[in-house]
Amino acid sequence: MSAILEAQGLSKSFGAVIAAADINVSVARDSVTGLIGSNGAGKTTFINMVTGYMKPGAGTIRFDGHDITPFTPRRITQLGIARSFQVPQLFNSLAVRDNLLAAVGIVAAAATRWAHGAITRERAGAVTDEMLGRFGLDAYRDKPAGVLPEGVRKLLDIAMALVVKPRILLLDEPTSGVSADEKFGIMDVVMSAVKSDRVTVMFVEHDMDIVNRYAQRVLAFYDGRIIADGAPATVLKDDEVRKYVIGEQLHVAR
Amino acid sequence: MMDHTLRVLLGVAALLLAGLPFMPQWLAFLITLALARGLVVLGLVLLMRTGLVSFGQGLYYCLGAYAAALLDHAAGIHDAALMLLAALLVPVVVALVLGLLLASYRGIFFAMLSLAFSMIVFGLLIKTSALGSSDGFNVATRSIFGIAIADGYNGRVFMAATVILSGIAAGALHHYLNSHLGRLSAAIRDNELRVEYLGASVRNVVHLNYVIAAALGGIGGGLTALAVGHIDPDMAYWTTSGEFVFVAVLSGTGNVLAPFFGSVIFEAIRTLANQYAPNIWQMTLGLAMLAIIMFLPAGLWALFRRKTRAA
Repeated sequence: MSAILEAQGLSKSFGAVIAAADINVSVARDSVTGLIGSNGAGKTTFINMVTGYMKPGAGTIRFDGHDITPFTPRRITQLGIARSFQVPQLFNSLAVRDNLLAAVGIVAAAATRWAHGAITRERAGAVTDEMLGRFGLDAYRDKPAGVLPEGVRKLLDIAMALVVKPRILLLDEPTSGVSADEKFGIMDVVMSAVKSDRVTVMFVEHDMDIVNRYAQRVLAFYDGRIIADGAPATVLKDDEVRKYVIGEQLHVAR
Repeated sequence: MMDHTLRVLLGVAALLLAGLPFMPQWLAFLITLALARGLVVLGLVLLMRTGLVSFGQGLYYCLGAYAAALLDHAAGIHDAALMLLAALLVPVVVALVLGLLLASYRGIFFAMLSLAFSMIVFGLLIKTSALGSSDGFNVATRSIFGIAIADGYNGRVFMAATVILSGIAAGALHHYLNSHLGRLSAAIRDNELRVEYLGASVRNVVHLNYVIAAALGGIGGGLTALAVGHIDPDMAYWTTSGEFVFVAVLSGTGNVLAPFFGSVIFEAIRTLANQYAPNIWQMTLGLAMLAIIMFLPAGLWALFRRKTRAA
């Protein structure tokens, strides 16, 4: 399996806080990777650096063999890396359908830039309605995004990220703020949506049930470093991970 | 495939044109001025829908007027069509350049920077004695599209031109706001970060909308120059720009017809207040504004929205 994303020697600090210290990761094509770690461990910083929102202090990021370290989020999105947000970033005053239509329109308006641009341009309305259906948003299509329940906002946020048909999808805590009985539903919808499009997925998650069920590989972050890397079964049993990430004490007490 | 807004637009424009021959001169003049200024406000509405408030639209109003007037003054061209073309082109070119800088600013910085540019032009004009300094100069128009305008018909010809151009501008902007770029403008107002993360350039859209607003401002200024027959630097003064913002808030940004409606109301209040209460006409306007902010926060246009919903 060839690597689609490679990070080499990434580091980033905010004053005295080290958010990334020499991170080296290589992500295989079409894989699903879970990123775990306590708050402030550097997971979101990693996503922010990969998508160009933050520039690493040192190191390089390669996407499909090309150096994308200096690029802006817009350019990186155009290359095929999309993300969702921990706090959904929506167009709150626009209806759900218009949120998606704005995203679809961006692809349609610069049709030559995207592989699926021409098709999207011809069938903008149909593509939008397909997305609404696939993500179960039909019932909310005319509601302003600002008034939706959090679970629906999360889904819309992820659906918008997928409009560009990315090759890598980065999900920042897709189930945070969502009720326990909704969380698997959301992940099932997202995973089935990406499976048909051969998208490499990396997701940040605090919920170990989700990590266990969906990730093929887990990266455990602590203090800006990756302290464990491997299959979920191995990583979640790792001593350091249990101590620093999952919280051994809590599990023993239970 | 014609929606409600376009039907109303066509209806009102037809009514105004049909009524034109029977209108008293003063009414034709008031409507001409109100619509011409409504065009400037229309540009402001586009900016507001992108999340920007410009306190310097007077700049383009003034540039359009001076561009039109200078054709007469300096080049000896007295054709209204050519003068209006100049009133469109000069502001567009200036906005293309200034937009390079302004497109990076938001909020109060965008507002103040646009105000600063308008005040620079005001300052330059007021010091230029060749252009009449603070007095400005008169503008003469003799023909339109090469057809001579008969004496005494100037007012009616300009009103017809204003109604037609306002109609075209409103229709075009209505189409634009309902297109992808219009939706994207609203998206930018809501969340710029997301727009960039969808792979689109916020800057380009802001720049484009700024240029469109300038074009509308320029046409408005050009029409005003023709109708009034005189221009002066006050058109770029900050109170003029402030008035446009005032009318935009008064009208509401929900529909492209709102700025014209609001502008007519504004000019009517101003004319009446000037005539019957010359000492307190500004207070009258202030009270009208206060009432609208308190009872119709979405602007005068909310009156129509409410009616359609009830029906």
